[in-house]
Amino acid sequence: MAIVAETTKFSKVAWPVLAWIVALVFFFPIFWMVFTSFKTDADAVKPEFLFRFTPTLENYTNMTDNYDYWRFATNSIITSVSATLLCLFVSVPCAYAMAFNPSRGTKDILMWMLSTKMLPAAAVLYPMIFMAKSLGIYDTRFVVILVLTLINLPIAIWMLFTYFKDIPKDIIEAGQMDGLTTWGEVKEILVPLAWGGIASTALLIFIFCWNEAYWTVRLTTFNAATLSTLIEGNRAPEGLFFGRLSAVSTAAVGPIVVLGWFCQKQLVQGLTFGAVK
Amino acid sequence: MGRIQLDKVNKVFGDVEVIPPLDLSIEDGEFVVFVGPSGCGKSTLLRMIAGLEDLTTGAIAIDGGDVTEVPPSKRGLAMVFQSYALYPHMTVRKNIAFPMRMAGIDEATQKAKIDAAAKSLNLTDYLDRKPGQLSGGQRQRVAIGRAIVREPAAFLFDEPLSNLDAALRVGMRLEIMELHKKLATTMIYVTHDQVEAMTMADKIVVLQAGVIEQVGSPLELYHAPRNKFVAGFIGSPKMNLIEGPEAAKHDANTIGIRPEHLTVSTTEGTWKGRVGVAEHLGSDTFIHVHDTGLMDMMTVRITGDIAVKHGDDIYLTPLADQMHRFGADGLRIA
Repeated sequence: MAIVAETTKFSKVAWPVLAWIVALVFFFPIFWMVFTSFKTDADAVKPEFLFRFTPTLENYTNMTDNYDYWRFATNSIITSVSATLLCLFVSVPCAYAMAFNPSRGTKDILMWMLSTKMLPAAAVLYPMIFMAKSLGIYDTRFVVILVLTLINLPIAIWMLFTYFKDIPKDIIEAGQMDGLTTWGEVKEILVPLAWGGIASTALLIFIFCWNEAYWTVRLTTFNAATLSTLIEGNRAPEGLFFGRLSAVSTAAVGPIVVLGWFCQKQLVQGLTFGAVK
Repeated sequence: MGRIQLDKVNKVFGDVEVIPPLDLSIEDGEFVVFVGPSGCGKSTLLRMIAGLEDLTTGAIAIDGGDVTEVPPSKRGLAMVFQSYALYPHMTVRKNIAFPMRMAGIDEATQKAKIDAAAKSLNLTDYLDRKPGQLSGGQRQRVAIGRAIVREPAAFLFDEPLSNLDAALRVGMRLEIMELHKKLATTMIYVTHDQVEAMTMADKIVVLQAGVIEQVGSPLELYHAPRNKFVAGFIGSPKMNLIEGPEAAKHDANTIGIRPEHLTVSTTEGTWKGRVGVAEHLGSDTFIHVHDTGLMDMMTVRITGDIAVKHGDDIYLTPLADQMHRFGADGLRIA
């Protein structure tokens, strides 16, 4: 008995301590980034100034004055929101069809969609840039929205498919008997019943779009450049301007961290859906 | 009006012919029960009538009009599902109002109909609750309410009572029968429970592997089953089917005798056996008789009690005029 009691006591202390350590390790880069953003570029590289330094807003004012932060932010908002909406517009009907009118090929199609996520992005990079340029849509919001939509579509369809699968088919059929059109089924039954799932999906897709760097950096130069491009632009050539870079990064991840904080519950539910039930 | 005509209706799933071409006509106002073992195609047949399942070939007509290609909502039928299939995000009131809202009926008429339906189904106090807050029986009543307000040409019930406990099932069975008497609307009812079929139906359709084995009134099926399958399926406990030399004595391949058509004696009779388990139901006792040399186990139904115990010898005598004879093809010999 005593051993059991001790074990319990030990795990009661050990697990939270371990959890805190892991959390701090994960949190440290963000903490460091935010701290560094308030230091001058000179202070930023000196270890002795890790905690003790004179805070300055110079990096932030510099950012809005010199780089036009708001133009990048506007692009990020417009492309992420549009891509998320477009993604839902395509994936909701698609997942609906696959969940309620599956054919023999449905499983294969789902697997095929997932397999596109396994394709290395670099493999299609040059064809994509070439196509964008020859179609005259390179460095436009349109191409960014299109690409963000396409790369997130498989995940959106998979997530929604899982949610929709949980809605009994009988309810949809009852709706059909009661006079619903296909659009009515989506509006009156599917969306109200899968609201939580659709919201989680939208949120996750939005975050993915916002954080996307690989494609946005390579498909834009100026006009359609997003915050990811802004961060990228503050890197390398001019040397290591950690303070400036940190300020830009903080301003880029800020909105999404705040959004994520408020929607924690939805997000966790969305990510673990189907795993625990 | 609700006269439904099935003309060479056929359903194939992949390589499997679930329902070979089948004809059936259902008269206006009839209470028809589709009964058969699970997987016999009865639900598929009902869903084809509803329009939820496409026909591979054949045609369905309602009141003379061909509806084969007509979508479910335009057929004028209402369906009650085994799972109730209520809209979980709507209150009882909204659930019942839903088909009327879809049909564009004005609010005042909707309200009047909801109130009338709620009153007749004892749901008045629950109109503002959601389905999740109701018991199984109440949910089923909401599903029926949602069907009634449409004033359909026919009601389709897909095993509506199988999710309810035994006591509630008997109560709901009566309610549905009373509803039928009151509305005099065609009802098609699918069940695997032959007791439900016998007690509720005007006309029973016995199905096996998608084929109609017999169509008739409950008593026709009981007294004159067309073949061995119907003989064994209708009636509880099951009919005793005896093959071999004993059947040959009656110029048949198989003879059938129902448990209630055997008389029992401890001293003399046609067949001798040994008492196995006795099931006492109070009014009746079912005795399982072994070692008759005729079949594995015979069931006898006697009213009241009898002084026999496990292992005793027992004599059985069939009532000659209640004996059913079947030929080598399984069909009844008149």
